[in-house]
Amino acid sequence: MALLDVKDLGVSFATNDGTVNAVNGVNLTLARGETLGIVGESGSGKSQLAFAIMGLLAQNGRARGSVKFDGQEILNAPPAIINPIRANHIAMVFQDPMTSLNPYLRVSEQMAEVLVHHKGMSRREALAECVRMLDAVKIPDAKGRIRLYPHEFSGGMRQRVMIAMSLLCRPDLLIADEPTTALDVTVQAQIMQLLAELQREFGMATILITHDLGVIAGFCERVIVLYGGRVMEEASVYPLFAEPAHPYTRGLLRAIPRVDHEGGELDSIPGSPPNMTRDQQGCPFAPRCEFAGEDCAETLAPLVEYAPGRWRACNRSLEGMA
Amino acid sequence: MFAYIARRLAIAVPTLLLLIVFSFLLMHAAPGGPFTSERGLPPQVLANLNAKYGLDQPMWRQMLTYVWGIVSDFDFGPSFIYKDRTVNAIIAQGFPVTLTYGAISFVVAVVVGVSLGVAAAIWHNSWLDYLAVGISIGAQVLPNFVMAPILVLVFTLWLGWLPGGGWEGGQWQYLIMPVVALSTSFMASIARITRSSMLEVMNSNHIRTAKAKGLPMHKVIVRHALKPAMLPVVSYLGPAFVTMITGSVVVDMYFSTGGIGKAFVDSALNRDYAVMMGVTILVGALTILFNLLVDILYAWIDPKIRY
Repeated sequence: MALLDVKDLGVSFATNDGTVNAVNGVNLTLARGETLGIVGESGSGKSQLAFAIMGLLAQNGRARGSVKFDGQEILNAPPAIINPIRANHIAMVFQDPMTSLNPYLRVSEQMAEVLVHHKGMSRREALAECVRMLDAVKIPDAKGRIRLYPHEFSGGMRQRVMIAMSLLCRPDLLIADEPTTALDVTVQAQIMQLLAELQREFGMATILITHDLGVIAGFCERVIVLYGGRVMEEASVYPLFAEPAHPYTRGLLRAIPRVDHEGGELDSIPGSPPNMTRDQQGCPFAPRCEFAGEDCAETLAPLVEYAPGRWRACNRSLEGMA
Repeated sequence: MFAYIARRLAIAVPTLLLLIVFSFLLMHAAPGGPFTSERGLPPQVLANLNAKYGLDQPMWRQMLTYVWGIVSDFDFGPSFIYKDRTVNAIIAQGFPVTLTYGAISFVVAVVVGVSLGVAAAIWHNSWLDYLAVGISIGAQVLPNFVMAPILVLVFTLWLGWLPGGGWEGGQWQYLIMPVVALSTSFMASIARITRSSMLEVMNSNHIRTAKAKGLPMHKVIVRHALKPAMLPVVSYLGPAFVTMITGSVVVDMYFSTGGIGKAFVDSALNRDYAVMMGVTILVGALTILFNLLVDILYAWIDPKIRY
């Protein structure tokens, strides 16, 4: 049985400008210990997908479909079901370590409460375990610094605290939502390396959400490409990078700046992301797609397995994209 | 921290002196004096009275004598109107009354206001939220000089449940209506500030983290949301507390409670310079003190604040 089984997940928000459909009919499965990357640009619905799984949507958000964790339905589940799973079995690392930690509590308090709550540890046991975990994320002098407040740490260190906090209960699944976006480049690399090490060490399944294909390449086994809240392409990481089968994925790959290419202009995908308030008919990427035909504006291609383990949702044939 | 408190207290002294000088000047700038009356006193009597109370002296000397009296003997001088009473005695009699119903009103306003605000924020856009907002707007727009007579009308004249006024050493029956009349508008403001601040905090990232920890809602609120949400409330509470414990004319008038609120207004009407100065200085000193307490409380709540 898959650890996580997401079926036909949709997320919509009621706003003053109408209903925003952030995620539409997303399916995904994740086995124990597997690493999955979800990539897409801002507004593609990748974060909302994660929040829906965790039951953390904003108040005006609604989720439809099904999310089974270890066989148990957790989508829109009541607190009695979802709370014992949060942090204990599914943990999350958030985008912005500056604001995601509570600025009014010592790190020791914020970390220890997780273990006290889920594992019934005493405060003393919990604190000892928290120090061990801070050591594991390579925070120097963890024993002394656990007494500090978040603002007394640097950005990278705060994200290490965040990661340590998420791993306290040894979760089966870690969802990392753009864990390095708010950090500068050298620190990004350290954090990703740390995450990769910890993932191997603890053997937990991981969903890495990012807009950075480079990060995906170094971390994930499988990748889902999201656009307009829909899955455009899904494949293992190597074939996806070697032979991208969707026009959007190709555009994304072309848009990566490369150190080994001197000069020239950076390729970008023309146009801007779709307005999600409108009811979508047809392929969301059609207005920006170089291969789009008239049919693309009307009919949405289903996600098809065109080769073993490789899926694409496009009206054009692979040959037609040559 | 202690250096900061010491510095603040040191600044309080010149602040109070400035307050004294300006109140003194403003008071004397207005035409007339404590002994002017419609019929007019014979000039010799007036001269004698002025001499007795030192009003014939130049202004700077009056002021110096006054300040020296406070500094050396904590003596705020004699009342100009009540022949046998000193300002100290008037305040000593009225202030305990005001302090009692003011402090009780404060506690009521904070407890009810904060609970209402927090509840409204948590059940945002529910009937409870609308009710809470409705109550606080109603309480805010209903001035206490309208509320006080309505209370008397309903609870004293119609229902006969509560005494219409008096103090009787602060027995509970005599406290209820003054407390209700005084606390409602403060309660409304506190509820409004708490609600909006709580709404903002509940949407912040660190609350999402707290939820992601699998903590039950009440722990998320008590452990993670309440402290930051209280910051704007606390800054409101300092001045509000001073306003409440230094009394309300309306309460003192309608319920004959005999607090310093009435003494203050009477002194202004009667040109009782000494009582007016005394109450002004009391309010000024309390304001300075409680603003300092608010700042200390701030540092305690928010670890990023260091003085």
